[in-house]
Amino acid sequence: MNDKMRDELLSILEKNSRIDFKELSVVLGATEEEVLEEISKLEKENIICAYHTLINWEKTDIEKVTALIEVKVTPQRGQGFDHIAERIYNYPEVKSVYLISGGYDLLVTLEEKSLKEIAAFVSDKLSTLDSVLSTATHFILKKYKDHGSLINETSKDEREVIIP
Amino acid sequence: MRNFLSDKVTGLKPSGIRKFFDIVSEMKDAISLGVGEPDFDTPWFIRDEGIYSLEKGRTFYTSNSGLKALREEISNYIKRTQGISYNPYDEVVVTVGGSEAIDIGLRAVINPEDEVIIPQPSYVSYEPCAILAGAKPVIINLKSENEFRLKPDELLEAITDKTKVLILPYPNNPTGAIMEKEDLEKIAKIVIEKDLLVMSDEIYSALTYKNKHISIASLDGMKERTILINGFSKAYAMTGWRLGYACGPKDIIKQMTKIHQFAIMCAPTNSQYAAVEALKKGDEEVEKMRQSYNHRRRFLMNAFKEMKLDCFEPYGAFYVFPCIKEFNMTSEEFATRLLKEEKVAVVPGTAFGDCAEGYLRISYAYSIDNLKIAIERIKNFVDKLRNNS
Ligand SMILES: Cc1ncc(COP(=O)(O)O)c(C=O)c1O
Repeated sequence: MNDKMRDELLSILEKNSRIDFKELSVVLGATEEEVLEEISKLEKENIICAYHTLINWEKTDIEKVTALIEVKVTPQRGQGFDHIAERIYNYPEVKSVYLISGGYDLLVTLEEKSLKEIAAFVSDKLSTLDSVLSTATHFILKKYKDHGSLINETSKDEREVIIP
Repeated sequence: MRNFLSDKVTGLKPSGIRKFFDIVSEMKDAISLGVGEPDFDTPWFIRDEGIYSLEKGRTFYTSNSGLKALREEISNYIKRTQGISYNPYDEVVVTVGGSEAIDIGLRAVINPEDEVIIPQPSYVSYEPCAILAGAKPVIINLKSENEFRLKPDELLEAITDKTKVLILPYPNNPTGAIMEKEDLEKIAKIVIEKDLLVMSDEIYSALTYKNKHISIASLDGMKERTILINGFSKAYAMTGWRLGYACGPKDIIKQMTKIHQFAIMCAPTNSQYAAVEALKKGDEEVEKMRQSYNHRRRFLMNAFKEMKLDCFEPYGAFYVFPCIKEFNMTSEEFATRLLKEEKVAVVPGTAFGDCAEGYLRISYAYSIDNLKIAIERIKNFVDKLRNNS
């Protein structure tokens, strides 16, 4: 599969990971075997890392609180930020860890059942790590758009039914 | 009281499928594949520029032929996509859609008795515009076995000593047909030999799926005898902004601008500012939309193949044009029954010319999810018809 088609495949999968191989091969103009082979290659190379589902938890009765935590750290000799990042991302409640340029170093997103649990994580686990200098915690109040998709709105086709 | 109406206007053939359109507009819950405009919203950065230009209070008229900056960008765009150089000062006019460019282009060149050759199936406005301009339309019935491309012998047969203009409608609405370089070269040779002018409607030029679109104006000796029409509606998903343009020989553009000045004054200012941004920064967004259309095109072609519905592979615009002759019904009957029985709206081919009897125009300016439901229903309908015969 050439690079152009591979990029197309990736952008289709990024929007819809549930698309079946047959449909994928039809829209790309490739054979099912080619698509299968390419996908398993992409998975092996960790270019495709995981397949996720975007869920609007607010519509369920499951409580979820998400926080964005800005973390300032002292980088460690020889390892930069990677070691401390690993210490943080190993906690299963941590959803993502990014190294950030600007006023702080790491952006950590955390998902818990309640504010209290997030507060506990920050004070008991995060702040007590040796190289963590300071943290600032922001709670998400409402999600409008996530991973490129609007959370609550579905768009309506407002075009006329027939246009020459 | 007298009859105040113009004979010329009342004499325009009313659309033969009026009845069908009336039924469609009453069906509220139908799935439509009948739309000739993009399903994408105008890319945000273009809309943003439109909003910004309003905020800045740019609410005045522009010069008649359009904003200088826009004409320059149009000239750059044609240069980088087609390799043709148009002087932005006197070889470009910005119009209210490609629609206006078709109208004033014909009015600028037609004298009474002149003949305009119109290959069909094609967009609905060429014939009435030609008639209103005072010309006699001469129709060429394109053939499906030629993939609805215009062939030299068909053209030769239509030419008389009164022929002045050939309308070249590619990439084509409704068939999705394109003309490749070899096709165009043969046509250009005849056009030059017979001293004709070409009006080339390239509104879908950005949406081709085989090779990049080639304008007939880029061939030797053709720039001086071509009015090239294009616009923002299809490529940039800007139908409602009403913006298009014509490029051509300066004596023709000058007369077109004269009509435009008296009838329109200038194209919408706000849209013009937005369009400058579209041309400057839009290539990537256009390519993304083109890719999406291409996925849907392949999806539909495959679905028709599985249904064993006869359909040539279209390489342009966003339409497929399947043949339904096996069912022994007119296009209109088929479309009407499909609408009533399965609630899917498609356009009978005959909306685009009598020779399109037996065909349907199906638009893929819809999401694949939408197409899937529609295809399921079309399949039900086709199975039902086949089982009953
Ligand atoms: C072939 C063709 N030409 C011209 C037009 C007019 O487009 P606009 O006036 O929006 O530029 C259309 C619109 O459907 C078309 O399909």
